Amino acid sequence: MSASDDLDRRLIVATQAGLPLVPQPYQQLADQLGTTPDEVMTRLQAMLARGTIRRMGAVPNHYAIGYTANGMSVWDVPDEQIDALGERIGALDFVTHSFHRPRALPAWPYNLFAMVHGSSREEVLAKVAEIRALLGDACRSHDVLFSTRILKKTGLRISG
Amino acid sequence: MRERGEVPAIDAVDRRIIDALQGDFPICDRPYAAAAEKLGIGEEELLARLQSMLERKVLTRFGPMFQIERMGGSFVLVALAVPEADWERVNDAVNAFPEVAHNYRRESDLKTPFNMWFVLATETREGIPEAVSKIEAATGLTVYAFPKLKEYFVEMKLSVRGAA
Repeated sequence: MSASDDLDRRLIVATQAGLPLVPQPYQQLADQLGTTPDEVMTRLQAMLARGTIRRMGAVPNHYAIGYTANGMSVWDVPDEQIDALGERIGALDFVTHSFHRPRALPAWPYNLFAMVHGSSREEVLAKVAEIRALLGDACRSHDVLFSTRILKKTGLRISG
Repeated sequence: MRERGEVPAIDAVDRRIIDALQGDFPICDRPYAAAAEKLGIGEEELLARLQSMLERKVLTRFGPMFQIERMGGSFVLVALAVPEADWERVNDAVNAFPEVAHNYRRESDLKTPFNMWFVLATETREGIPEAVSKIEAATGLTVYAFPKLKEYFVEMKLSVRGAA
């Protein structure tokens, strides 16, 4: 692992399933890893600052907090306009991810992906219509793929 | 494995915890006590509620969310077009790979053949093509990879819906 040394790596392995649910979690991690709580806290702060840790806290199950519909909207837009369009779509408050991805022609003509969350399929479709209106003539074709079943959700797991 | 419709109940305090703690969890000697104070509850109550929400799968996890690319690794979205008759076999084969971080069945109005979408997470860039080859061998299907060429800025947090 290029950008992190051994203690960082051991800290990742020790916390990837979650922080200890005890009053002094960093103390517990320090005891477990044979270091000091200050060192653990310094390492975590540094990983947050570098972006190795995106954020720290609760990762909710979307379904459980009321977002029972999620649609992956996919769009075929001209490559020369995609960055400007992607930024505008990412700024919409109902879009949780917005990416430029490669097409897989001929089966898959879409190059812009935007994840839309809502309380119902109808709400998601209404939001997708807003994106369609925003894209205007730049949209050559689009589709919405609704998730109908979570088949696996474990997140990142690296080996110790 | 959770189907739509199995939604566990949460109360107003759970909602406030989720809304307040999707980021910025304190890094200090007693972080749960510090977070609990801001929420107007006790440390023990916060710990008990987090434990309960994890057990009921309201939360999938509580802790750091790692950005694996910053550690030299890779995340890649991939899709398979799985024949309906072969669904269970392919699903079991795919989910058995530790590189498969999450996996969704998806269906579209335009009847796209790509009905299984999962994310491969590997510790090195080379891990992705290796995982793709192994999954193709195990399933007999073509794996379509959709690596991100660019990520546009988004606010990652979702607030709890009142009706939940």
